[in-house]
Amino acid sequence: MTTDTNTLLEVKNLSTDFVMNKGTVHAVVDMSFTVREGEVLAIVGESGSGKSVASLSVMGLLQPPGRVVSGEIIYRGRNLLALSPREMRDLRGNHISMIFQEPMTSLNPVFTIQDQLTESIREHMKLDKKAAITRAIEMLRLVGIPSAEKRIHDYPHQMSGGMRQRVMTAMALSCDPDLLIADEPTTALDVTIQAQILALIGDLRKKLGMAVLLITHDLGVVAETADRVVVMYGGQVVEQATAQDLFDCPKHPYTLGLLESIPSMADSEDDEPLYMIPGMVPNPLNMPMGCAFAARCSRRMPRCTQERPPLYEVEGRLLRCFLFDPSGEEGART
Amino acid sequence: MFKYVTKRILMVIPVMIGVSIIVFSLMRVFSPDPAPIVLGQHATIKSIEVWRHANGLDAPVVTQYVTYVAKAFKGDLGTSYYTKSQVAAEIGARFPATIELAIAAILFATTLGVLLGVMAAVKKNSVFDAAGSLFALIGVSIPIFWLGILFIMFFAGFLHLLPSGGRINVMLEPTRVTGFYMIDSLTQGNWDGFKDAFIHLILPALTLGMYSMAIITRMTRSSMLETLGQDYIRTARAKGISETKVIGKHALRNSLIPVTTVIGLQFGALLGGALLTESVFSWPGIGKYTVDSILKSDFPVVQGIVLLVAVIFVTINLIADLGYAFLDPRIKYSSKKED
Repeated sequence: MTTDTNTLLEVKNLSTDFVMNKGTVHAVVDMSFTVREGEVLAIVGESGSGKSVASLSVMGLLQPPGRVVSGEIIYRGRNLLALSPREMRDLRGNHISMIFQEPMTSLNPVFTIQDQLTESIREHMKLDKKAAITRAIEMLRLVGIPSAEKRIHDYPHQMSGGMRQRVMTAMALSCDPDLLIADEPTTALDVTIQAQILALIGDLRKKLGMAVLLITHDLGVVAETADRVVVMYGGQVVEQATAQDLFDCPKHPYTLGLLESIPSMADSEDDEPLYMIPGMVPNPLNMPMGCAFAARCSRRMPRCTQERPPLYEVEGRLLRCFLFDPSGEEGART
Repeated sequence: MFKYVTKRILMVIPVMIGVSIIVFSLMRVFSPDPAPIVLGQHATIKSIEVWRHANGLDAPVVTQYVTYVAKAFKGDLGTSYYTKSQVAAEIGARFPATIELAIAAILFATTLGVLLGVMAAVKKNSVFDAAGSLFALIGVSIPIFWLGILFIMFFAGFLHLLPSGGRINVMLEPTRVTGFYMIDSLTQGNWDGFKDAFIHLILPALTLGMYSMAIITRMTRSSMLETLGQDYIRTARAKGISETKVIGKHALRNSLIPVTTVIGLQFGALLGGALLTESVFSWPGIGKYTVDSILKSDFPVVQGIVLLVAVIFVTINLIADLGYAFLDPRIKYSSKKED
């Protein structure tokens, strides 16, 4: 992968393991991707595909038994994995910040919004209490919380889920980060609120000029917001393309399956049942020898269960599938 | 809030009735007849009868109880068979000593217990955690009187560092105002008395607090471990604040919520139940007084003390429950919501 001048974050060959009593789970295997300044990169995958673990690795928030075993995470030229905890802390919440999936539980129930919001502002922007509160109210207004100067004294339980996610967003953006990692920011919310939060993140991205790394399993969300997409399966990147290319012409069998399993209004007229990718996600403790997706793949070939496919670069996108092996005869079958 | 507190205070009444019936009957069933003990070896059958009649012990037990309750409602808990002075006054004279000891013990237990618990949770599965757990296990299982005697042997007998018992050197005793020697001596400018009272307090407080300390350690550890796995702790870390703040602020306050109840219950137990410790250290509080009174079948005194302990328990529980609302803003004791 070439390093552009405007590359903000470059993850190179990242592998993250969880060493458990029953064995080692390779949650992320040899993952590489880049986030450019100001763009929205979506990482898509099912639960357990490693997308959240990858984002926590970037944040340095992996908790034992999780551990980055190899690779580099380069942010503006500095390898985050080589930083001291102190240096990493200066970066977290300041240059790189994160919104989590569960707004209901992600805020501390015993402190007021003001307390939780001003904490990172005071820490990173070195403001005094008064200035930090002013900044916090400003942020709450920015994320669309009505009568922010009053609501700032609320406790989390006095707010709805959508409001809390707005507060989380305000908290993440309060120090003007260059990169926002949003880990399933809308999954726990009502559909109408989902759209609001996505629109909010989209708006703020334009306003503040930050890049967004969007972690999601929802292709609808990806289609609406992302510039480029990384599709993950079994801890590996299986396809990487621009959002336009991916939705216009999905290539990897897994991506195809994902897109086909989205219900659409057009389909609802005939009585055909919704498409489902057959089978289950492989057991992470016992990954197959060949392609992780082979067992569920409709276009499986003999070699798929024998060797692991590498990432092939095809027409500006990356694909982990032997169907796209330029040297093999299967290449013709695309 | 007001309604809630009133309701909780009114709950004292049934508790008191139950406790008084139990202690009243138990004393009369299991304690030896006080008359021969009070009158001594030269008592005659006649004098015993006269004494029993004078103290109402010849009436049926139910009548005795009703009389007792009627008097108690007027604030008269009876008089001690031996000193002839009011039970309330006797208890009042000894209670400050017990409170002083209980406060010292709970301060020691809470400070060390929370500290050890937090450290064990943060350094989970480390040598430190194992050592902390072992220490807590020892604290829970060691008999208090034995620990007290060990302390006396080592610190008083062997090292001659600390006194083996008593509350204060008689020569340094402050004029009684509050009954708390440390407060009295301090307000009277009696610096030596203050130091002496403090030194006398160390061993009994350590002994008495050991069990509570162990319980608090274990409770804090498990509560802290649970809190550390919460999403909001990850959020706090994602903010880039220091780990000290993550633990000391975000995790500690949440994990202390269940610990508060334990501290409250333990404090209640310490206030009423320092029987062994006070006996071992000749601490002139109500614990030692209880033991002495039970041995002498001093019915009114034992009844009075047990009632007091019941009131203390209910009160401390109420305070602990109200303490929740302070730690956890989600709890509001409104009249609408049930407790």
